[in-house]
Amino acid sequence: MMINSRCNAFAAQLGCATVLMMLAPVMGEATTVEEDMVWTGGLRQAYFGDRPITQSDDLIVLDAPNRAEDAAIVPISITAQIPQTDERYIKTIHLFIDKNPGPLVGTFHFTPKSGRADLALRVRVNAYGPIRAIAETSDGELFMSRRFIKATGGCSAPAGSDLDAAMARLGKIKLRTNSVARLAQPTAAQLMISHPNLNGMQMDQVTHLYAPAHFVRHVKVRFDGEEIFSAETGIGISENPIFRFFFVPDSEGQLTAEVTDTQGLQFRQTLQVVPVGTLR
Amino acid sequence: MLQLTFALCAFSCRAVPVQTPESCSPSTGVVQVAAGVYVRPGHAAVVFEGDEIANIGFVVGDRCVAVIDTGGSLAEGQALDCAIREVTERPVCYVINTHVHPDHLLGNLAFKRPGVEFVGHAKLPRALAMRGDTYLERASAYESRALHESIFVFPERTLTSVIQLDIGERVLTVRAHKSAHTDHDISVVDEKTKTAFLGDLVFLEHLPVIDGSINGWIGELEAMTSESLAYVVPGHGPVRALWPSAAEPTLQYLTGLRENVRAWIASGGDLASAQDNIDQPRSEEWLLFDRYQRRNVGAAFAELEWED
Repeated sequence: MMINSRCNAFAAQLGCATVLMMLAPVMGEATTVEEDMVWTGGLRQAYFGDRPITQSDDLIVLDAPNRAEDAAIVPISITAQIPQTDERYIKTIHLFIDKNPGPLVGTFHFTPKSGRADLALRVRVNAYGPIRAIAETSDGELFMSRRFIKATGGCSAPAGSDLDAAMARLGKIKLRTNSVARLAQPTAAQLMISHPNLNGMQMDQVTHLYAPAHFVRHVKVRFDGEEIFSAETGIGISENPIFRFFFVPDSEGQLTAEVTDTQGLQFRQTLQVVPVGTLR
Repeated sequence: MLQLTFALCAFSCRAVPVQTPESCSPSTGVVQVAAGVYVRPGHAAVVFEGDEIANIGFVVGDRCVAVIDTGGSLAEGQALDCAIREVTERPVCYVINTHVHPDHLLGNLAFKRPGVEFVGHAKLPRALAMRGDTYLERASAYESRALHESIFVFPERTLTSVIQLDIGERVLTVRAHKSAHTDHDISVVDEKTKTAFLGDLVFLEHLPVIDGSINGWIGELEAMTSESLAYVVPGHGPVRALWPSAAEPTLQYLTGLRENVRAWIASGGDLASAQDNIDQPRSEEWLLFDRYQRRNVGAAFAELEWED
């Protein structure tokens, strides 16, 4: 049994045996009972209560590497299987990594103006375990795509990089389009935020004090004033957070990203977008 | 369930007391690479998947002995300590840690005793504090016993530039480097024989692993190639190599990787696709390429994507 008990306060409190006894088979949700015990044993109930969740890749597909070489920077992506229309669209995607100290990595919001509710980002993975994306449609349905990742120690280990360089660059934002912007077509964009995203878990072995958490809390992206992507994020996001998403430029306009961290620091970046096919 | 027990135990159980040296079993294969300079050769393996991975060694002065890196476990450190006693009766006075990685540093506890001063980069304590929990967990799992955080011995003397240590008619120049293999690399030059312990600033045979800065590493190595050294001891690979030719494989790999990753970023590719696709450069028959290449691509990507 691979249990990382220290990062898994929930299971540790209950005790493995208790959790196993509590488990009732939930149709269509459990892959193996043991792997999913954090989810079925409380996480699901805490966030979604008794609402039905369909486990299938019909609405969104979560893509993650089987094994993460560097648990502090694990690239994952979510691909929507339906277009964003005014009638029905993916409103929110909740991302969970069961065995992380804060299992909810983030909540990501989309609008019809997003064009596609695709998302790519990098996460910290603390232990072997499931990662799950739950999409909520505008008409209130929940769909879950689930994968299993093998990684160890992404929570307390920072990215193996130069922390001083990251701090010196704190708040720098790069915002760009990743494909040629075409009028009224979904266009890929990328938001990069230079931020150490300290998770408050790095203990000083001498003083036994923890470095205070300091991470990106909120992200909002607008095109011409209209929201296309926003997120509430936690310590499961890797340092120097990066988000790839889509938007539909229906005219020339300004893409604006606003970022707030846990110390209340605010960072902002804008990008003028002139889609191909725009009449000038 | 066994592993769960160990993980919980890691917080509360006591460390195994250090062995007294009476029943001493020395490291095997220790070689003298220059007069008074000894190296215990390592064998390429992934950390916590093998023993005796890194090249570690010691320099004997007229007064005392300086140890440069201590190996991946208490047992490895003790064996090195025994090997030193086979060579000299002079006491160990310094343990110099080239960087934080467990295959180089987890033998420290074997030398923790009065008269031994631990020396490291000023950023080593932070690096060890940030990784300590993970190392403790993985070392406990690997050794199948509960280890306590007392296995971590922090440097008492830290440096940000260059210091010299006199071990008796023999001076060691200890240099703190800019961010390279890690953000806290140390090299040690024995001035008497012009032999340099370069830690993981230089890899031979074992694929270089980036845990600091690819740009910084290339810069440090390029600057170092003009130094006149007789021999160098790389962190991994043959224990005695010529300088500056020993730097070439590492430099070639890093510059080639940087070129590939920069091109990938410029073409709009993302991290996941870069890791899936960049399998160059492979000019050398690098050991552990399949285990560390994706990680290196990731580390290089995360750094280079911030270049303007």
